[in-house]
Amino acid sequence: MLQVSIYRYNPEQDSQPYMQDIQVDTGGKDLMVLDVLEMIKSQDTTVTYRRSCREGVCGSDGLNMNGKNGLACITPLSETVKNNKLVIRPLPGLPVIRDLIVDMTMFYTQYEKVQPYLQNDTPAPAIERLQSPEDRAKLDGLYECILCACCSTACPSFWWNPERFIGPSGLLQAYRFLADTRDTATTERLAQLDDPFSVFRCHGIQNCVNVCPKGLNPTRAIGHIRNMLLSRAT
Amino acid sequence: MSALRTISFDGVIVGGGGAGMRAALQLAQSGYKTAVISKVFPTRSHTVSAQGGITCAIASDDPNDDWRWHMYDTVKGSDYIGDQDAIEYMCSVGPEAVFELEHMGLPFSRTEEGRIYQRPFGGQSKNFGEGGQAARTCAAADRTGHALLHTLYQGNMKNNTVFFNEWYATDIVKNQDGAVVGVIAICMETGETVYVKSKATVFATGGAGRIYASTTNAHINTGDGIGMALRAGFPVQDIEMWQFHPTGIAGAGTLVTEGCRGEGGYLINKDGERFMERYAPNAKDLAGRDVVARSMVLEIIEGRGCGPEGDHVYLKLDHLGEEVLESRLPGICELSRTFAHADPVKEPIPVVPTCHYMMGGIPTNVHGQALTVDAAGNDQIIPGLYACGEVACVSVHGANRLGGNSLLDLVVFGRASGLFIEKALREGVEMRDASETDVEQAMARLDKLNASSGGENVADLRKELQNTMQNHFGVFRNGEFMQEGIRKLSDLRGRIENAKLDDKSMVYNTARIEALELHNLFEVAEATAITAEARNESRGAHARDDFKDRDDENWLCHSMYYPADKSVGKRSVNFEPKTVDTFQPKARTY
Repeated sequence: MLQVSIYRYNPEQDSQPYMQDIQVDTGGKDLMVLDVLEMIKSQDTTVTYRRSCREGVCGSDGLNMNGKNGLACITPLSETVKNNKLVIRPLPGLPVIRDLIVDMTMFYTQYEKVQPYLQNDTPAPAIERLQSPEDRAKLDGLYECILCACCSTACPSFWWNPERFIGPSGLLQAYRFLADTRDTATTERLAQLDDPFSVFRCHGIQNCVNVCPKGLNPTRAIGHIRNMLLSRAT
Repeated sequence: MSALRTISFDGVIVGGGGAGMRAALQLAQSGYKTAVISKVFPTRSHTVSAQGGITCAIASDDPNDDWRWHMYDTVKGSDYIGDQDAIEYMCSVGPEAVFELEHMGLPFSRTEEGRIYQRPFGGQSKNFGEGGQAARTCAAADRTGHALLHTLYQGNMKNNTVFFNEWYATDIVKNQDGAVVGVIAICMETGETVYVKSKATVFATGGAGRIYASTTNAHINTGDGIGMALRAGFPVQDIEMWQFHPTGIAGAGTLVTEGCRGEGGYLINKDGERFMERYAPNAKDLAGRDVVARSMVLEIIEGRGCGPEGDHVYLKLDHLGEEVLESRLPGICELSRTFAHADPVKEPIPVVPTCHYMMGGIPTNVHGQALTVDAAGNDQIIPGLYACGEVACVSVHGANRLGGNSLLDLVVFGRASGLFIEKALREGVEMRDASETDVEQAMARLDKLNASSGGENVADLRKELQNTMQNHFGVFRNGEFMQEGIRKLSDLRGRIENAKLDDKSMVYNTARIEALELHNLFEVAEATAITAEARNESRGAHARDDFKDRDDENWLCHSMYYPADKSVGKRSVNFEPKTVDTFQPKARTY
């Protein structure tokens, strides 16, 4: 029997959060953590979490499992369980709404701040805008972000300054548009990021790289933005 | 109970996937007060899982490509019950809609010329089936749905669309004239229930693949729009037509794009034989999905399946080489390693036909206006209600959808709905306000659930429903066996309507949502079952052992399911495209 410990908090009933211990019979199978949660919820319907695609592309079920952020649906027990124990907590650093569900407003606000949409002040052609495969390749490792918040909520700089530091996810998206040859707003984008907090609160801790379930590297993207800001200043 | 708070909009879109966000974008740009209600944050909608691409004759791979060839393929793919006026509209408007997405920033893969990369997909041809395989599916690696959905969300952000994220619509509000004047919706975070009033209510709620035990569909695909429409007394069309995607990962159900076969992958049985050469000598692994899925099931039934249980076949990709796999199909490599423990660079992926797409839905015209049929058999527009995307049946997919046509469908008809509603609003929409009784009626189901006690466990009932559909209404169907399935469903109805809700709390109550979703799943399942049993022929995805042939004399038509008396009627297929000659039905071979 797998020993699962789940963070529980229902603001209508509980004065404070607590950990609930539940034993789960996995039948010896290497299930995903989401499968375990589904088994638990089929018995106790009050256990609350988000989930949608169950294949690691929608970003709904970012959770903290045995101390590390990740997506429950693509985290096999064999990767996370230690000494037959699995501790499931909400993503750290964001307010908890209920059980494993956090309020992601701050995270989304930082995403919106970078104006994550293509800006091009030239008239659109009758067909697509042309882009070479080499230029398109510059977007690889950037556009795949699923907004799961695993990275930003693993980032100490984001914990300390969630209102002012954009955070790894938002900055990855900022660079996705800075790197896009079809975007013409580079100057404005850089000007918006040029303050002591938005970008420069990144201290290269690299927790973001360590936890990203899509294998992306926000730290590298942030490095590129820094370079762009610095070369712009000279 | 006290009166509900009312929120008013010009247009309200239920569903934040590709169709809903494309419709919302159009309306938001027009300046009308528009809101999207989505039960998940929009980028978590199921469009995100679409992989291979969006099929459209943009003439990148082949400069001579012609949308009429795409139209021919789509009509043939539909087994001739796709409406030719709608298919004509989709294929001809498609390029404009795809270029708009590119201009919005969608990171398509590129050719050496800098144009959008297109790959071959199943059922595609040049020159009306005479010119060999076409490559018409525009792709962003194998993450096209993700790229498209995020781009649309970003476009809506730029245009200040109002989003009600993590709100759940429960039922339609109808006024005394039978017009749709909005929906009841729950804010999941607080539990507050409100009446969202609107002059145009657009259903873009997606599919319902979760009626089957084995599906590529997300947990959230519970047919909410179909459930709401049926409960409001509106019919659904061709709901028996369910696509089983040939390549779901065996056991896990997760999708492996047809693009794998487009890039040169193929299916093999336990003897290593490329068996599709026997079933479809010309198109082979790129025949229509219904054809490939049936061939796979036959291989398995006849004892040539792979694995210890012989219950799947293999998709072979290793011969494409690591470079192609990592650049063209990186997401598939990831999924296969995670869910099949197989590295496609070295070994084949175990796959099995898996429920994937609902061809049927709420009947609409090309403007997204929802339709019903009057006693005389004439189409009647349902005032105030629109539908687009998978929940709608316009119908461009008929009895079998071609790969890559779902993304095109949702973009083109999301856009068309938005354009039409903008025009309708400009001309003025007058509808009688809902009375208190009208709103109460729409609240009845939720009130009953909230006041319930006892009943059976939702997860158990859902599993029973899914197994019934899987066993009785799968790839191959048979009258007697379907009747048994229908009997099981009628036993389930009361039990599901009275399912247990232990958790009555307000804050983020997912147990309540799951109980409401189960009602919708059931409505879709029952409509599917009854209509499937009634269609006494084999056409497209609907394959019957007891009626093996297509019967154009009696069934070259849409089925219509009427919820009031659970009857099945017929509706004519449109054979009158505006600018090209009709494609006459002929034998469908690949």
